[in-house]
Amino acid sequence: MQSRNAKSKTNRKRREFIGRAGAAAAMLTLAPGVRLVDLALARPADEPASDKVRWGMLVDATKCAQGCTECVDACNEEFGLEGMGRPKTDAQYIRKIDLKDKTTGKRYSLPMLCQHCETAPCVDVCPTGASFRRIDGIVLVDKHICIGCRYCMMACPFKARSFVHENLTDQVPEAPRGKGTVESCTFCVHRVDRDREPACVEACSREGHEALTFGDMNDPNSRLSQRLRELPNRQIRADLGLNTGVRYHGV
Amino acid sequence: MRAAAAVLSLALICATGWTAAAADTPMPKPPRGKGEQCVEPTDVMRRDHMRFLTHQRDETMHRGIRTKKHSLIECLECHTRKDVQGRFLPVNAEGEFCQVCHDYSGVKMDCFECHATTPRQPKPGSARSSAEPGSDISFRLRITP
Repeated sequence: MQSRNAKSKTNRKRREFIGRAGAAAAMLTLAPGVRLVDLALARPADEPASDKVRWGMLVDATKCAQGCTECVDACNEEFGLEGMGRPKTDAQYIRKIDLKDKTTGKRYSLPMLCQHCETAPCVDVCPTGASFRRIDGIVLVDKHICIGCRYCMMACPFKARSFVHENLTDQVPEAPRGKGTVESCTFCVHRVDRDREPACVEACSREGHEALTFGDMNDPNSRLSQRLRELPNRQIRADLGLNTGVRYHGV
Repeated sequence: MRAAAAVLSLALICATGWTAAAADTPMPKPPRGKGEQCVEPTDVMRRDHMRFLTHQRDETMHRGIRTKKHSLIECLECHTRKDVQGRFLPVNAEGEFCQVCHDYSGVKMDCFECHATTPRQPKPGSARSSAEPGSDISFRLRITP
């Protein structure tokens, strides 16, 4: 009896220790840039994406600087997007929007990109199955299947998609793109699969604005989830009930 | 996608061509890749490379599997040559690895309408970083066990 008591005491102590160690690890992870626990948790290359994760983003429009286009530039660089001198049809995965409240004169600046909807209209209307939502919430175009009909571009409430009108050469290895297919923001899926942040988020942080936060919406402890809990935020066109993966604060 | 017939004919040409070539038959001579051995035996690659690529393509696109073995980007790493200025030659340029056999067999490749034909290299006059993806460990995503 006594020995059992002693054992349970040891167990309790051990549990407390483990609990404290876990808390310490969590504290460690809170320091930006010093997240030692992560390295061991990168998804192995041979493991498929999981529905336990839903990738999302928070745009803090109060921190987004008027006239700054770092996120757009970084995106263009990452995907090798170059203008053809026709702004109306040139490919763009992310764009800056400047808004002004006519009554108050208050100005807003914010980036607009694919909102990675849970019930994505582009996926609904695609006749070939080229538009699809990956199991971890990233909405993509499989250009091998895309026939270039552009229904998805018409269906998208956010004007997030572009069509490639010209023959292209010198594409970036990680970002194949070609004439006759539709394309849009991929949340930099090639980076995310290797546990890196999207290029726009990285660029925004590099500039010190920190207006973009990327992460797992399903993980209550992710930096994204924490900020989503702290900051009042909304979906653009929430009336459509799309449950977007990109949320906005300060709009 | 290529029609199945075209794929089959290429496979047949390759299979019969290399194994039972008459001495007087002109044969394609693709430049040698880096290293001793490709990811599969050479005769398997000649017949089935397109099947490996198509399979890998769907695995990567739809399931996010990014193993290197049958990845087109990795093909480029070994099978592109550099010119005298040290710039990569496109793998589908005349006389280069893919094009030699595809010219010979008369099978057009669609891959390079969209896919890069060289490993990542800075464009002349561009500041694009040549950093290896994933090399920067300061931006890791998942933060909880």
